[in-house]
Amino acid sequence: MALLASVESETYEVHPVRLNHLQALEAESISILREAVAEFARPVMLYSIGKDSSVMLRLAQKAFYPGKIPFPLLHVDTSYKFPEMIRFRDEYTREIGADLIVHRNETAIAAGANPYTLGTQNCCGLLKTRSLLDALEEGGFDAAFGGARRDEEKSRAKERVYSFRDSAGQWDPKNQRPELWSLYNSRLRKGESIRVFPLSNWTELDIWLYLYAEKIPIVPLYFAKERQITIRGGALTLVHEGMKLFPGEKVEQIKVRMRSLGCAPCTGAMRSDADTLPKIIEELITFRRSERENRAIDHDEEGSMEVKKREGYF
Amino acid sequence: MSTHVVTPLEDTVPVRSFEDFLEAHLGQEMLRFTTAGSVDDGKSTLIGRLLHDTKSVYEDQLAAVMKSRVNRASGGHVDFSLLTDGLKAEREQGITIDVAYRYFSTARRKFIIADTPGHEQYTRNMATGASTADVAIILIDAKAFAKAGGLLPQSRRHTYIASLLGIPHVVAAVNKMDLVEYSQESFDAIRHDFEALCAQLGLADVEMIPVSALEGDNVVTPSAAMPWYHGPTLLKYLETVPLVRAETTGPMRFPVQLVLRPDANFRGFAGQVARGTLRAGDAVMALPSRKETTVRRIVTYDGDHAAASYPQSITVELEDEIDLSRGEMLVAAEAAGEMLPDVSNSFRAMVVWMNEDPLVIGRTYIAKHTTRTVRATVRAIRYRVDVNSLEELASDSIAMNEIAEVEFETNLPLFFDSYRACRWTGSLILIDALSNATVGAAMIVAPVTESAETSGADRSRPSLVLLRGRQGLALLVRDALVARGERAVMIDDSLIPDSAVAAVVRALDLAGVIAISSRDLRHSEVVEIGGFASGAVRVEDGSDEMAILNSFAVSL
Repeated sequence: MALLASVESETYEVHPVRLNHLQALEAESISILREAVAEFARPVMLYSIGKDSSVMLRLAQKAFYPGKIPFPLLHVDTSYKFPEMIRFRDEYTREIGADLIVHRNETAIAAGANPYTLGTQNCCGLLKTRSLLDALEEGGFDAAFGGARRDEEKSRAKERVYSFRDSAGQWDPKNQRPELWSLYNSRLRKGESIRVFPLSNWTELDIWLYLYAEKIPIVPLYFAKERQITIRGGALTLVHEGMKLFPGEKVEQIKVRMRSLGCAPCTGAMRSDADTLPKIIEELITFRRSERENRAIDHDEEGSMEVKKREGYF
Repeated sequence: MSTHVVTPLEDTVPVRSFEDFLEAHLGQEMLRFTTAGSVDDGKSTLIGRLLHDTKSVYEDQLAAVMKSRVNRASGGHVDFSLLTDGLKAEREQGITIDVAYRYFSTARRKFIIADTPGHEQYTRNMATGASTADVAIILIDAKAFAKAGGLLPQSRRHTYIASLLGIPHVVAAVNKMDLVEYSQESFDAIRHDFEALCAQLGLADVEMIPVSALEGDNVVTPSAAMPWYHGPTLLKYLETVPLVRAETTGPMRFPVQLVLRPDANFRGFAGQVARGTLRAGDAVMALPSRKETTVRRIVTYDGDHAAASYPQSITVELEDEIDLSRGEMLVAAEAAGEMLPDVSNSFRAMVVWMNEDPLVIGRTYIAKHTTRTVRATVRAIRYRVDVNSLEELASDSIAMNEIAEVEFETNLPLFFDSYRACRWTGSLILIDALSNATVGAAMIVAPVTESAETSGADRSRPSLVLLRGRQGLALLVRDALVARGERAVMIDDSLIPDSAVAAVVRALDLAGVIAISSRDLRHSEVVEIGGFASGAVRVEDGSDEMAILNSFAVSL
């Protein structure tokens, strides 16, 4: 970490290197990535194009340097992602020389799956969960890295770093393998798999601080800009190409940014002037609302994320 | 729930500008702590209070709690436990069923909380949370203490587990002080008992703080109701307790995770420093080969490092091409006057059992120690600990949530330190070979110096058993070995010519599998195999089949 190098060079002669919290998190995450690569036959990294994925990708570059990332990236494309995300995905993965797999549930997309008529639970079920499970099975992957953090949502707080999934890809929260020290149990029977979460102990603020310290590129949608917005279900919804406006909806020009990136119809924007990383960090610590608030999928019913995770969602 | 920077203390670091803030934040240290308490001690409420009063709870999450269907608190208090009990089942039953991790930060430190349930059947969860903790908060219910006239058995158990898992600092949060009129007398009675317990357990760094999680006394804000207490609040304690980890000093240990060979010119050993400091130019020894060489470079994505310490993840390039792979270890060379780890096929360890199927003598489990996976057979149970009385009892099995000192024998040597000296090279997990469940956690005490033979049977693990021309007996021997928990295979396969037997036995030996054959191998071949085998090569030419078979059997 360029920004932090000075801490080390001044102190190692006399004392052991003392790590600050970002360095400690980085060391742990790199170790998790290496351990999984050493122990699993066919790992894959779920790449969602978001800020957490960007951090995870950089950690993978670090873990295997000077070698290349020894596994492919998998993007589950719901067809509802923002065009800026797709552009960023293609350019950035090409630039760092990563091997990218894009998977879509074409059957459901052709049948017109959308959150308005199906509800977010069913729509996510088809376009994300089903699609992900199909992609994992097609690729024969026995381990999948995900960028989920325990601080995101209550049911994630109980997630293991190595999250065991049965042959149907399902999570059983009451029957998880105990996880002690940094010793992870990677043993599987045929058809079973493990979701590996290297960012388990990172918080949203840690992610932003690391993006800043490491100068990691992210999708421009994270930065505030005047954008075309309509208000839908109380959320500031970005107006994008081909989007049908409902009766009574009107388009306004508002300076907004996205705090997290999901599917266009289900991810609300927030009013903001933060157009640089330090401004975003400053906003984050003064603006006391959780980042998934603008994600409709978590609020459908109490415990809805837990229900999705049991079914195989990340 | 996430991070928020608050400044609850008057003497906090002054933040003049946002750049100062960033600078301060990038330099923050991380402290991991765990919480343990009995059911109804108010643990979730305490954590909820800590998160709430440090303003870590986002308003929308608080709003969701307010309108949640279940709300256990009465009298107009917010039920903080709803912030932490994440799973639906828990909210409905009103108990915490698994380890949950929480995060918050103040201007001084970033904190990771392993929130573990206090329910009797979940001791394994406390051990899990404690395994990575720098500090243990033991919750003691002042009201329940008064009612029982002493510490509850659970409090004794939690404190014992904290000492067993080697948590450097222990703090007792004496909760529900509001229910005992904030009385100093009540607090002193608990102090008397708790300090005696800690002395018995050899816990040196112990602090006690009277709190009311429900009312907020001494959690984040000093209590006006207890003017007799002059110590720190719980948060202040967590912010200021010195972060001393045994692993930052002492002889260097570097378990190899992965060998990186991106091209013909580079061969790097990737891993995390488990103890001490590694410097470019240092003399190091590879285990188990005991070959010595020098560190050429410490390679990272951010450029070469002159030194790396626990717990940094790095890649090491060595001066000489020596035999070293995953599961092996680089250590500070003996020549440098440093203590080498123990290298042994047997050790005794304190085991916390975590599975419904009990641990039994003679069973073989998969053991993961650092980056090395071996097979470990239970040779003896020295004693079981009654966690309430701390008495040592005789036992021939260990049930779920029980703790015992156990002797193990492994098929391949491990390179280890005692858990007291180094958590990472002194700990291992036990995995059931059939169900793949993580069934136990073990903390190494010492190598077994003299293995106490528990029966007349030969318990040593051979690399090859040769029964010339007696195929039927070979099959019976294989079955007897499998029954005692070994992995054993017949190598009398037409695809394996006699000339390849040595290579096959070698490969099986490395994988921890016993080879059995009824081939008529030449003496010179047997000698050759004996030269590399980790266990004995047993040639059974006697005629007494029963005696041969008995010598492999397990007597339980």
